[in-house]
Amino acid sequence: MNIVTALARLLIFPGLLFAVPAAWAFLWVERKSVALMQGRVGPPFMQPFFDFIKLLSKSTPPRRGIAGALMRAWPLIALGSAAGAVGLLPVLPSSGGFEGDLILLLALFELPAMCIIAAGFSSRSIFGEIGSAREAALSVSYNIVFLLAILSIAASQHTFRLEALAALPVSPLRLLGILAIVVCLPAKLHLNPFSLPNAEQEIYSGPMTEYAGPELAMWELAHGLEWVAATGLVATLIAPHFGAWWLAALVFVALSFAIVLLLSAVAAATARLAIDTTVRFYWQCTLIFAVLAISSAIFVRYRL
Amino acid sequence: MKLWSRLVCYARRRSPWLFHMNSGSCNGCDIELVAALTPRYDAEQLGVRLEGSPRHADILCITGPVTKNAVGAIKTVYGQVYGPKAVIAIGSCPATTNVFIDSRTLDGPLQKHIPVDVFVPGCPPRPDAIIKGVAKAAEILAERGSNSPVATVAIATPAGEEQP
Repeated sequence: MNIVTALARLLIFPGLLFAVPAAWAFLWVERKSVALMQGRVGPPFMQPFFDFIKLLSKSTPPRRGIAGALMRAWPLIALGSAAGAVGLLPVLPSSGGFEGDLILLLALFELPAMCIIAAGFSSRSIFGEIGSAREAALSVSYNIVFLLAILSIAASQHTFRLEALAALPVSPLRLLGILAIVVCLPAKLHLNPFSLPNAEQEIYSGPMTEYAGPELAMWELAHGLEWVAATGLVATLIAPHFGAWWLAALVFVALSFAIVLLLSAVAAATARLAIDTTVRFYWQCTLIFAVLAISSAIFVRYRL
Repeated sequence: MKLWSRLVCYARRRSPWLFHMNSGSCNGCDIELVAALTPRYDAEQLGVRLEGSPRHADILCITGPVTKNAVGAIKTVYGQVYGPKAVIAIGSCPATTNVFIDSRTLDGPLQKHIPVDVFVPGCPPRPDAIIKGVAKAAEILAERGSNSPVATVAIATPAGEEQP
């Protein structure tokens, strides 16, 4: 892979030029579909874009010292890693480079959650600290399942390249793994049954409580990019392999939208669970799926 | 540059985020404000979002006749909303202290303490009146630019920042 195509992927598709409008579109689809399910009309299509521009134009608190510099840095790190994760998704058929490296992708996936935890603690607001503690407890519980599910898919095929995984036909074993990943997505995206860290009406906005203006805009954008990356990961694992790049891109976008709709429907239909129920859900109910998936993956590997 | 400022004006008009604060209200106006967000009135069509933190908000919605206990909180929260910002006084209480006038537990009306941009009178006002008030405040925000009226007292937060 030469440098031009690598840059094109990182900056155009599925990188920034695609990912930023897609992030806004996904945020809109989420809000709009929740509104429609509640019998409302919902926000106009450009709403997330207007919110972003408005937040950019607001003033920010003067922050001093190391804590201030850190608070300004966390949203940027989260934004960068979420954008990197989207850029790494092997949507188009290609070869070489970092493209589709599963370990790097998982690390970039995990960084925004780490940044949220750190941001809540460095804001020194009591609500931020509670939100961060909840986010930490949540990420410990869903990440076991999430990582085991992805590992089971990787272990059954002897490879850590997402591209090679996506190229193989969908097996029942992989479907089990994908199911476990989809169960983890609401917690990863802070959606309703598991929207504990930023629980409004309870702890203001959790880790984001002290953020304002452009910094908040960066958080919103990072959240949107997380949407694109998370749905994109599932879409690349489900999508059948196509030779034509435009068909691959089209199927990728359509599948991502379908997953966004599914997650929004779940979010609109459920209420927020308490932290102990959430942790118990992941450790007791969902872990079985993941353990089943990885044990059968290891079994398949040694039998062959 | 001109295009950017026009875009900013337009975005501010289309995305007012509210922070709701009760300063000793009887809950009548609070219920009507929440009703404005429900399916029947659906203020989200205008981009309205009820925010949990005053840091995120553009418009401060205050209900109630401003009790003596609430004055400090109102000034703190007003300082925590970053500019450009607007204040809506919802109901007759914050505008005039209503039937509670001359009560010894009150220190109203609201305008004594912070600059108010829009008054929505009524006891309680109807949700459509509140939505109209929010739309008016959003227009004021768009015209105002970055020069918000300044609160008289500077307030410090736990993180040690001085508030505007």
